Amino acid sequence: MNLRPFPEWRQTRFTRRLTRSFTHWLVPLLIILVWQVAVSSGRLSTRILPAPTDVVEAGWRLLKSGELQRNMWVSFWRAMVGFAIGGSIGFAFGLANGLSRRSEAVFDSTLQMVRNIPHLALIPLVILWFGIDETAKIFLVALGVFFPIYINTQHGIRSVDPQLVEMGRIYGMTPWELFWRVILQGALPSIFVGVRFGLGIMWLTLIVAETIAASSGIGYMAMQAREFLLLDVVVLSILIYALLGKAADSAARLLERVCLAWHPAFQEP
Amino acid sequence: MSTTALRRQAPIVDFAPATPAAPAAAQPPGDSVHGLAIDVQGLRKSFGANPVLNGIDLHVAAGQFVAIVGRSGSGKSTLLRLLLGLEQPSAGTFSFADGAERIDNLRVARVMFQEPRLLPWASVIANVEVGLGADRKTAGSGDRALATLAAVELEEKRNAWPAVLSGGQKQRVSLARALVSRPRVLALDEPLGALDALTRISMQRLLERMWLDQGFTALLVTHDVAEAVTLADRVIVIDDGAIALDIRIELPRPRQRGSADVAALEGRILDKLFAGAESP
Ligand SMILES: Nc1ncnc2c1ncn2[C@@H]1O[C@H](COP(=O)(O)OP(=O)(O)OP(=O)(O)O)[C@@H](O)[C@H]1O
Ligand SMILES: [Mg+2]
Repeated sequence: MNLRPFPEWRQTRFTRRLTRSFTHWLVPLLIILVWQVAVSSGRLSTRILPAPTDVVEAGWRLLKSGELQRNMWVSFWRAMVGFAIGGSIGFAFGLANGLSRRSEAVFDSTLQMVRNIPHLALIPLVILWFGIDETAKIFLVALGVFFPIYINTQHGIRSVDPQLVEMGRIYGMTPWELFWRVILQGALPSIFVGVRFGLGIMWLTLIVAETIAASSGIGYMAMQAREFLLLDVVVLSILIYALLGKAADSAARLLERVCLAWHPAFQEP
Repeated sequence: MSTTALRRQAPIVDFAPATPAAPAAAQPPGDSVHGLAIDVQGLRKSFGANPVLNGIDLHVAAGQFVAIVGRSGSGKSTLLRLLLGLEQPSAGTFSFADGAERIDNLRVARVMFQEPRLLPWASVIANVEVGLGADRKTAGSGDRALATLAAVELEEKRNAWPAVLSGGQKQRVSLARALVSRPRVLALDEPLGALDALTRISMQRLLERMWLDQGFTALLVTHDVAEAVTLADRVIVIDDGAIALDIRIELPRPRQRGSADVAALEGRILDKLFAGAESP
């Protein structure tokens, strides 16, 4: 059987990408279809799961009232600010402790001890400190994001090939050049691992914090809907979290592919 | 045929040049020699309580090609690293000189290692430009990098990532990087050790050509005695941290691998190496 009836048509890069992204979405689409059929046919009670069409309808309703955009924006803003703060501090400590043994001796063991406290366990304390305003959520997100970025930055810098560093010295690179052209570039793959881990933790922290202590945001919207038994809004909120998480991860991957174009793992075939 | 089979036969594999000979450059190049003379006196190095070099005395003439052979762990790399300022000697001195003038700047020396040590995140041409150091931003430096890349026959790969190059190509980029600043001393620490026999022979030719062209002083550490004899003006055997043998190779260039003269010298050096191995 000939599986490739139009070989020259199939070969263009655009169509290959199109086919690939369609393949990625095949299973999710199938699941939604089965879900819709199960609910419409009455096999699955709407008290357990609303139909996809109901969820879309709820989304449309909230979009028109402006509630959806407002809550999404609030959640997005919290996530980004928390990530920026926690990520920068983690990156700074990772650089310092990766580059300097003395800095590591002073800070590392303390940071490792703090790391063993699950940051979500601090929620009651954080509520007592900051109440349920923005600071509380941003603090928790920043704390959660700090560790993966710190650890992976430090690890990345430590694992830079010392032979390359020696080569840089022999060829008369200044300390700044050595840092910028050799050490940081060598640490970048590991830093990206930290960023992607951090993004996962960022959404998780935000979901928990918003459902427990918030007066706005997607998590708050879900908790409100639960009070009024609006199952479709609850499901909508969950899906929005999933989409936001996916979008953040895709952005990180895109950035990774651009910055690590030299890496054998990212070479176009 | 596997590469290991080739490697074993390395000394007798040769491609006789189609034309009788390249310009007969039997003597080291040029009238005004670009390379520096090296003077080493009583150089010692120990790591902790472990003595590695026990007093090396050596005078290398400007532009000379010196091969250094010796058993593994005899201190060859340590000697090179001392001369490059990568290690501090425990005792003794060394200096570079241009005629009567003493040169203290170690930047005049470049090195090539067994591993190419290219920056994986920089294109081939950017890697060659690393060799220009601070001159990278001066006018015409880009042309120089490109010309050097052309000399190692990798011009068409200038925008490629190092990851896509073969082992031999990577070493050629590494050679271009070492030579782009026209160094006056080039130290080579088993630069061809990881290559297959055929690539190694063509790299040896390239190395010889570049040396004849540029006239730097070359210090080549190698395990391959045949390579030492085909390339060098002088072969030094290091044993027990001291120079055990120092012979001049006065065969005309280009030299034929496997010719009787080369084989005879090779035998002499190997005898010395084995003698060292048997007397503890
Ligand atoms: N940085 C170091 N610290 C401690 N010992 C070292 C160091 N560098 C080299 N040595 C020791 O010095 C001795 C000589 O090492 P060197 O690398 O110079 O040998 P070599 O002749 O180059 O060997 P090979 O042919 O295997 O490369 C070895 O015993 C080695 O263990
Ligand atoms: Mg060595």
